[in-house]
Amino acid sequence: MSIDWSAFTPVSALVGGVVIGVAAGFFLLVNGRVAGISGILGGLLRPLTGDVAWRAAFVAGLVAAPLAWGVFAALPRVQIDTGYAGLVAAGLLVGVGTRYGAGCTSGHGVCGIARMSPRSIVATLLFMIAGFAIVYLARHALGV
Amino acid sequence: MWRPVHAITSFAAGLVFGIGLIVSGMANPAKVLGFLDLAGAWDPSLALVMAGAVSVGALAFALAGKRTRTLLGAPMLLPSARAVDRRVVIGSLVFGLGWGLAGICPGPALVLAGLGSTKGFVFLAAMIAGNGVFELLEKNRGSRARLEPERA
Repeated sequence: MSIDWSAFTPVSALVGGVVIGVAAGFFLLVNGRVAGISGILGGLLRPLTGDVAWRAAFVAGLVAAPLAWGVFAALPRVQIDTGYAGLVAAGLLVGVGTRYGAGCTSGHGVCGIARMSPRSIVATLLFMIAGFAIVYLARHALGV
Repeated sequence: MWRPVHAITSFAAGLVFGIGLIVSGMANPAKVLGFLDLAGAWDPSLALVMAGAVSVGALAFALAGKRTRTLLGAPMLLPSARAVDRRVVIGSLVFGLGWGLAGICPGPALVLAGLGSTKGFVFLAAMIAGNGVFELLEKNRGSRARLEPERA
């Protein structure tokens, strides 16, 4: 392992993390729910009365975030190197896996660890290990 | 009691969450993959994103404490599942594989769509299709369980 100091952005990472924590904390204290994005989005596929508006609103907020950001600052540069076939495969795996495992980086990762849920801590370790493994395979073992 | 104000606060939470994803670099798939590439030129930034988010989150959960109602009077609905069962293990591993393939998880997928990224849209569409596959699997599982209750 060698640390890429030129890519390391400790200040924006920490500040961004705090902003994420503020959003999740606000959502907890005001709406009484865990800000788990896969569950909020996935729940829209089995709509229940009185359960749709808040989900749609949270999703709309996430989609609107870059638009709001663009009013005040230059849009962030993003880079997606994965090809279209890879993106489709990845999207399907994320879509099925997060629902089957009942959580993603936000629900298990941020909120679950913050509330010291052993189930979420295990989930987070597992999805990180799987992520490390597939990147190792793709970039180093198979060299694609 | 659900009130329309909760949709507004929900929108605000999603908006701020998304801005946090942008500021932190989580919305940039190449940066996420830089974090997941332990054996390459490793970018540890995302560990700090988690540290920041979890610290503030823990404070909020401590404040929430044993409250049964939120500041706006909604019921506190926290996940009750505790078991580390087969579903959470397999699901999380499958999610991790997808996350490592593209560097995109559900929150950033929505932010990338908002950015107008074509590749972001493709990922998001596939992810929602994946959500649909899960719903179909659950439905079949439910009807099987009804037909063969002894094996449910």
